[in-house]
Amino acid sequence: MVDDDETILQVADLKVTLEERLVLSDVSFTVTRGEVLTILGPNGAGKTVLLRALLGVLPYEGSIAWRKGTRIGYVPQRLPYIKNIPMSTEDFFALKTNAGPNVVEMLATVGLGREQAEKRVGDLSSGQFQRVLIAWALAGDPHVLLFDEPTTGVDVSGEETVYALLARLHRERNLTMLIVTHDLAVVHRLSSTVLCLNKQPVCHGPPLSTLTPENLQRLYGTEVKFYEHKHG
Amino acid sequence: MTSFVLSLVSGVFIGGAAGYLGSLMLSRRMVLVAGPLGHLTLPGIALALLWGFDVSVGAFPFVILGVVLIWLLEMRTKLPMEALTALVFASGVAIAFLFLPVDQAETALIGDISMASFRDTLLTVAACLVIVFAVKWAYPKLVLANISEELAAAERIDARRYNLLYLFLIAMIVALGVKMVGGLLTAALVAIPPSAARNVGKNLKQYTLGATAIGTVSAAGGIVLFHLTGFPAGPLVILVSAAIFVLTLPLAS
Repeated sequence: MVDDDETILQVADLKVTLEERLVLSDVSFTVTRGEVLTILGPNGAGKTVLLRALLGVLPYEGSIAWRKGTRIGYVPQRLPYIKNIPMSTEDFFALKTNAGPNVVEMLATVGLGREQAEKRVGDLSSGQFQRVLIAWALAGDPHVLLFDEPTTGVDVSGEETVYALLARLHRERNLTMLIVTHDLAVVHRLSSTVLCLNKQPVCHGPPLSTLTPENLQRLYGTEVKFYEHKHG
Repeated sequence: MTSFVLSLVSGVFIGGAAGYLGSLMLSRRMVLVAGPLGHLTLPGIALALLWGFDVSVGAFPFVILGVVLIWLLEMRTKLPMEALTALVFASGVAIAFLFLPVDQAETALIGDISMASFRDTLLTVAACLVIVFAVKWAYPKLVLANISEELAAAERIDARRYNLLYLFLIAMIVALGVKMVGGLLTAALVAIPPSAARNVGKNLKQYTLGATAIGTVSAAGGIVLFHLTGFPAGPLVILVSAAIFVLTLPLAS
């Protein structure tokens, strides 16, 4: 159990084996209150597996200790089964144990109008759907937000605003965030710490000093260059 | 009380409960599970017919046995669930036909609700009410667990506990359903009403109420038609629900 004031999550020697295949090993890190940790790595690196282990839906060895009473909001990459039955956005929020304030208010937080509340979830665009998922995760007033690939399925103009939205949420609520991504732009714009993962940790630390060309090459196996475009 | 009224009461409750539970099963493409499970009940139905007790009472332990066997074999062999389901249900059918009296094969395969006694009917109604209240209580948590294990975990829902309840309720409805539609047609009982309701429902409330109502109306319609025409009730119930499904097609989006 985590018992100091600032630490929200402590992971030590985490190892995940799925169908006799080692998917994650030797993962140790700590997350403090208000930290934005991005988990960066190529496809198949075990990023989503790490999130699932943190949520407790996968068996693992080692230890995962959340601070007592930590409320977690989770934003999944996609929800393929949700379109099987007719469900309005309001219905989707009603599935939450402690949904908190009303749905229209929650939708407004992520920039969606009240007309989306009665719409079928299956009829939302992928950008709107991702915002609904973010609003859903926020509805229980979580301390930590786990985010699986925030930009999946969102168009370029939409992408920009999802970043902005995440940055705003972090500012306004001092939310601790764990963001899984393979997008270097997310790391530079949002995170205070980055954990590079390729089945085991490759590097860990503040983005500027950690994402060196050498480390990126170790992470992705080929030479990677990153150009940050400055706007305005 | 006439046997017609008793069978109508049993049918209406079974149809409604099956439609309601089926609305949940559609959320994770589980409705076809009821098919193999229905077949598995055949040895139990054969025993019930031989010794003259309620077919649901005979069917229930066999469904539970089947669910446990499939679950155990999956853990042991890691074979796909469909393969194991096929193995277990075909074995169930094969065993049933070793000792099922030939003249009662029709009852076992397509059901015979006209045999319901007053006591059987009371038991059926009570079991259906248990299913409806349990489904209503667990509905939000089960839908969430069906949609995403991770979202359920973040909400601190113990998905395994709810899944166990879910499987138990499916076993119950299959055991009750075979009384009305036999071992062959149970999948239709849980699949068609929610599919029709999905065509017309705009939200979860309309959908679940619709599935329950269509299940109830189909059962009542089928049993009334059986009374009028003398054709077997089980297939008529399924055909009425299939007709309702066809009627909802123009409204499907």
